[in-house]
Amino acid sequence: MNDNVKNQVHEPLIRVRKRYTMRWYKSWAVRVAAVILALLICALVIVLLTGYNPIDVYKAMIEGNFGNARKMWNTFQELAFLLCISLAVTPAFKMRFWNIGAEGQTLIGGLASAACMIYLADKLPLPVYYLVIIAASILAGMIWSLIPAFFKAKFNTNETLFTLMMNYVAMQLVSFCIVYWENPKDSNTVGVINRKTHAGWLPTIADNKYLLNILIVAALTVAMFVYLKYSKHGYEISVVGESENTAKYIGINVKKVIIRTMALSGALCGIAGLLLVAGTDHTINTTTVGGMGFTAIMVSWLAKFNPIVMTLTSFILVFLDRGASEIATRFKLNESMSDMLTGIILFFIIGCEFFINYKINVRKSRKEEK
Amino acid sequence: MNSVPAIELKNITKTFGRIVANKNVHLSVNKGEILSVLGENGSGKTTLMNMISGIYYPDEGEIFIDGKEVVIRSPKDAYEHKIGMIHQHFKLVDVFSATENIILGLEDEKKYDLKAAKKKVKEIGDRYGFIIDPDKKIYEMSVSEKQTVEIIRVLYRGADILILDEPTAVLTPQETGRLFEVLRNMKKDGKSIIIITHKLHEVLEISDRVSVLRKGEYIGTLITAETNESELTEMMVGKKISLNISRDEPKNPTDRLFVSGINCVSREGVPLLSDVSFTVKSGEIFGIAGIAGSGQRELLESIAGLQKVNAGRIDYIDPNTGEKENLCDKTPMQIREMGVRLSFVPEDRLGMGLVGNMSIIDNMLLRSYRKGKSVFLKRKEPKNLADEIIKQLEVVTPSANTPVRRLSGGNVQKVLVGREIASSPTVLMAAYPVRGLDINSSYLIYNLLNEQKQRGVAVMFVGEDLDVLLELCDRILVLCGGKVSGIVDARSATKEEIGLLMTKVSKDEGADNER
Repeated sequence: MNDNVKNQVHEPLIRVRKRYTMRWYKSWAVRVAAVILALLICALVIVLLTGYNPIDVYKAMIEGNFGNARKMWNTFQELAFLLCISLAVTPAFKMRFWNIGAEGQTLIGGLASAACMIYLADKLPLPVYYLVIIAASILAGMIWSLIPAFFKAKFNTNETLFTLMMNYVAMQLVSFCIVYWENPKDSNTVGVINRKTHAGWLPTIADNKYLLNILIVAALTVAMFVYLKYSKHGYEISVVGESENTAKYIGINVKKVIIRTMALSGALCGIAGLLLVAGTDHTINTTTVGGMGFTAIMVSWLAKFNPIVMTLTSFILVFLDRGASEIATRFKLNESMSDMLTGIILFFIIGCEFFINYKINVRKSRKEEK
Repeated sequence: MNSVPAIELKNITKTFGRIVANKNVHLSVNKGEILSVLGENGSGKTTLMNMISGIYYPDEGEIFIDGKEVVIRSPKDAYEHKIGMIHQHFKLVDVFSATENIILGLEDEKKYDLKAAKKKVKEIGDRYGFIIDPDKKIYEMSVSEKQTVEIIRVLYRGADILILDEPTAVLTPQETGRLFEVLRNMKKDGKSIIIITHKLHEVLEISDRVSVLRKGEYIGTLITAETNESELTEMMVGKKISLNISRDEPKNPTDRLFVSGINCVSREGVPLLSDVSFTVKSGEIFGIAGIAGSGQRELLESIAGLQKVNAGRIDYIDPNTGEKENLCDKTPMQIREMGVRLSFVPEDRLGMGLVGNMSIIDNMLLRSYRKGKSVFLKRKEPKNLADEIIKQLEVVTPSANTPVRRLSGGNVQKVLVGREIASSPTVLMAAYPVRGLDINSSYLIYNLLNEQKQRGVAVMFVGEDLDVLLELCDRILVLCGGKVSGIVDARSATKEEIGLLMTKVSKDEGADNER
């Protein structure tokens, strides 16, 4: 009789419980395990769908990133851009201000540099000319971020929609300017600005056109880390982000912090735009930023807003992206295949956080208990 | 006992991470019986009840209903076993009427028939002596009316076992009396009732038996008629403690804070405070009583510069110069810059007074980070302060770097009060500073407030437990609907008097004060 009753009652099969804490080495073990598991699953997918040797595919991914000096510099270059925009969005996100307008803020910064490069060449002494280009880019990015910040602080508008919309405005402005600056005629592109004179092009260090960008971003990374962790401003950003009520209670001027932080965020986007246009591409089009303004959000969140960890997360994303396009060309696979692999790997990397934060209890058999 | 208990729990254990919320708990309730589950805050009462009502699932142990073992996986399962829980925080839709809320979410085969439902609601009301208007919208209701709706909702679903989580916490003494009347009627009707509470006199008044929990452990069950307050306290707390709070006469009190005729309205234009006037003196504890939401929070926030004041004055008298300074329309920052040392322990500790995700040290920084011209933070002084508070107030924490949200309620409060006292205030405001704290922590807080009083600080204390207010304070201001309904001398006033003022049944304000 008793057994009969017990057969009817069931404890739920799986229950999820919040974990208290996990030692750092354990949580990193989980993360590493997740990556290994992701690679195994990817290997399975590769074998089943294409028949290629997964080791060859992985090798191609690594070679796509570090195969030769040029590829390696390109990887670091992309890493630097992505990291720069991620640094820009981080203070805003830490303040819980959902700035998804980094794309537009960067683009408008680039547009400002392009405009200065075109219109002011030969009109100003060289040092002033450079200063104006730099100042204009930063200012343009700042204005683009201050508009939504002002409305948020003053009227509590929704910053997510506002910053998103500003992206499209920036894109349309660039489209308009492309028509205006078209060179050569009917090409529908701006072409290389100041191709002959190189006026307004940022200098190269030791004949390496990537090194300057990389060094600037490295300096910004350290600066941002210090700013967020050790400065009074950084502390205010954390307090406002964690609890606006506490901020008010303690006498922090929340509006001021929102505006100041967004100005910083926009200024950094402006710098990213400057590096893209005046430092590297020497031209501009609507896809100059290429979605990095959105990828940056992921970089920032994955690193939990820690600028030093962000170098790692942006590296992972750049590595996957470049590796994916390498295998697409080398194995004549279409892009969807490599996107699938990227997707699987990201799924595991992000998904493993669940196991770090929660514990899963599976039903024990009753006999075992007794 | 010849009959089978309506519900019986055996060896229930539940853990959350490292915290053991319940350990080997036994409990049984017969038909037509009222059982009190007594325990301090954090003793695991609510967790236990949540397991009966299907919100949590026990790690170990069995639940029997009418002698049969059952598994309750969800609130729906609980209803099927005729178990209904009335939570401390009501779960009602504001814009719906009482009846609509009662039948909300019911899945019968029958079609939606509001008329029949209304009739049934009335029937239930008449049977047990509820006073209810089935058509009244929730937003028009008082707290006790809302509670009535919650109880009827459970009865409507045919519950035979009712669990009430701290049902009297939000009620006036008069409303509590009415609730108990209804509960007795339900008991006569054969219902089984479990009341969770930490108020001893209520236990003695209403229940047939008492089960006591302490720190998640089951201590025992007593028959109410055979026990008394001190025995229950001992079971609840573990050791005999004296329940007396010391109260000295204020030493040379001088006026510190004049509040005259302040008015506040909410963003929707609803008056929050109307024409509130009083004076707080140095060296006294000035209590503020009232039903929850009578304007206590707004009053303190007006003084702290967090609530816009539409009319009236708040004058602070500087103890050194004797000069008057108006605090109205000043931001908290400006008040600080004027040299007013105002400390405020807000009701919402983790949402306002502290930042939950920050360490104890960084929370100490909140008050002091602006000091100095440097753009960088100095964490040395706050670290020393954090260590000192941990040591002096016996804060239980792994380290000063632990995020405060990981600490238990009492320790969180010690951190907050410790920080607020550290700036040697001249005015100290504390809103519900012992809410959710166990008895030992509560007394520590009372002692800290008393210490401040002896130092000549003007202490303002918003409390909900009238017994404590009467023992601790020198004077008590009673708020009712945003108005001052009376200021009484705490040494001579009675609980009933304050209860009446809280609901403003008093015809002649102040006339009873002499008694």
